[in-house]
Amino acid sequence: MGKTTAEKIFAAHLVDEPFSGTKVLRLDVVLCHEITTPIAIDDLILRGKDRVFDPTRIKAVIDHVTPSKDSKTATQAKILRDWARRQGIKDFFDVGANGVCHALFPEKGFIRPGNTVIMGDSHTCTHGAFGAFAAGVGTTDLEVGILKGVCAFREPRTIRVNVNGSLPKGVYAKDVILTLIGTIGVNGATDRVLEFRGSTIDAMTMESRMTLCNMAIEAGGTSGICMPDMTTVEHLWPFIQGEFASKEAALSEYQKWCSDTDAVYEQTIEIDAASLVPVATFNFKPDQVKAVTEFTDNKVDQVYLGSCTNGRLEDLRIAAQILKGRKLAEHVRGILSPATPKIYREAMKEGLIDIFLDAGFCVTNSTCGACLGMSNGVLAEGEVCASTTNRNFNGRMGKGGMVHLMSPATAAATAIEGKIADPRKYL
Amino acid sequence: MKTFGGPVLFLDRADINTDEIIPAKYLTEITKQDLKPYILEDLKLEGFDPKGTKTKNARVVVSRANFGCGSSREHAPWVFEVNDITAVVAESFARIFRQNMFNCGMAAIELPKADLDQIFSHAADADACMTIDIEAQTLTVSGNGKQKTFSFELSPFDKALVMAGGWVDYADTKY
Repeated sequence: MGKTTAEKIFAAHLVDEPFSGTKVLRLDVVLCHEITTPIAIDDLILRGKDRVFDPTRIKAVIDHVTPSKDSKTATQAKILRDWARRQGIKDFFDVGANGVCHALFPEKGFIRPGNTVIMGDSHTCTHGAFGAFAAGVGTTDLEVGILKGVCAFREPRTIRVNVNGSLPKGVYAKDVILTLIGTIGVNGATDRVLEFRGSTIDAMTMESRMTLCNMAIEAGGTSGICMPDMTTVEHLWPFIQGEFASKEAALSEYQKWCSDTDAVYEQTIEIDAASLVPVATFNFKPDQVKAVTEFTDNKVDQVYLGSCTNGRLEDLRIAAQILKGRKLAEHVRGILSPATPKIYREAMKEGLIDIFLDAGFCVTNSTCGACLGMSNGVLAEGEVCASTTNRNFNGRMGKGGMVHLMSPATAAATAIEGKIADPRKYL
Repeated sequence: MKTFGGPVLFLDRADINTDEIIPAKYLTEITKQDLKPYILEDLKLEGFDPKGTKTKNARVVVSRANFGCGSSREHAPWVFEVNDITAVVAESFARIFRQNMFNCGMAAIELPKADLDQIFSHAADADACMTIDIEAQTLTVSGNGKQKTFSFELSPFDKALVMAGGWVDYADTKY
């Protein structure tokens, strides 16, 4: 019987099985940010165990509130910064070099096919786009990961999601994943891996694959996973060319992690790409999804473009294509946060930032801030935001605020009209 | 091992997320104790008052499916812990929240929907109390003059974490 990618990674990283059904895995990469790591650091100090299992396997970034907005966030940043220096963690990204973790770390080539990855952040599932097993964890798991380089999991079963065909005009990875979550529900993949397969995924860029995997957690999934292929190799090539004689050699090595053809899945879901339309969420759960054409009267106060879901260069290009030569609707605020400084710089070189500024957007530094209502675009009571982020929980972007999740194209069209809009008429 | 059981706080809705349990704006606190006043602050539920006596007196939370979904913040179990709530009983849990509970030596106990329906219908309107026996894997609910015992499943690993007082102590001695 064949194995899925997740099963292969579990088998290759197994350290211990203390009880039937519980697997302790060796970790390849432990990612850290300033919100969930400081309490782990303080606890390690308190226990007299202020050390790390391997400073080269730990990567850290200040991204949730940056530059710090007050004394408390400055203290969190300082705890992480001092610790990274003290422990000799070279891959630490501070103000000026920092960006949204799940965009920055893949950009640096830190995640490779077959890796085990944890972070004290639920959207860690993003990194499964590289054929890795990547799971969000809490601070205690993170603390043990930092100290011992291991993490315990119930081995997840895998749900295979086949997406085949060409995506219609105006439909993107965000519409695929929102449609899937709308179908299986917010706990449709709890304790499961979502494995994305099919010709639509094969044709996707790494950026689109990350958008897909990013929202696996919104269906409760432990990790999203895409099969490593030449697209994966091309993305990683600048970082791995010293390790392999050729791209083909890298591909052949990485494809060992692909699910076997006779792998067994708990469930297989078929999605016909041609049948998809631009969608957005309504109400306060990510599985409350409908076609944008069904609620184009809904007014918005703010449009937010950014985050680990859709703040990458591809997303900015799509939105800019629609915004070019157009303006924000009256009474609508537009905020763009390119997810990393590199994306920001590329967007400037391509003239995209000018398009956003001309349209009336405010362009902020790279940060998670507004997505979780911490900084840089928090909503007031009763306000509505069209957002390219991943969570629409009640009050998520500010107490009493409402969030509609959508693709960058739909967000751009919405910015122009001041109410939820169909992007297809602008393409 | 922590102690479990006491007055019950009923939260009769599925998919209660960790933003509702502890809003992100409080994630800038760097001690667990500082989270205490903000428990369930953003949860909108008919008849529920985050600052009310029921919340204040509670030692156990009883809720519905997919409890603790959303953000991985361990601040959610912590805000329960510093308010002396050491157990949550629900139909199901989001994976990260469930693991965070056991990692802190707390209990995330799953009961079938039918059992929860009984508990809600018999005791939700009363000053209900629950005793929890981790070793025997049973819990007893008393309220409205009635008392009923239910048995629950607990994986051997989760039980070991509760016994050890959490994952750091367990892992530190073993790995």
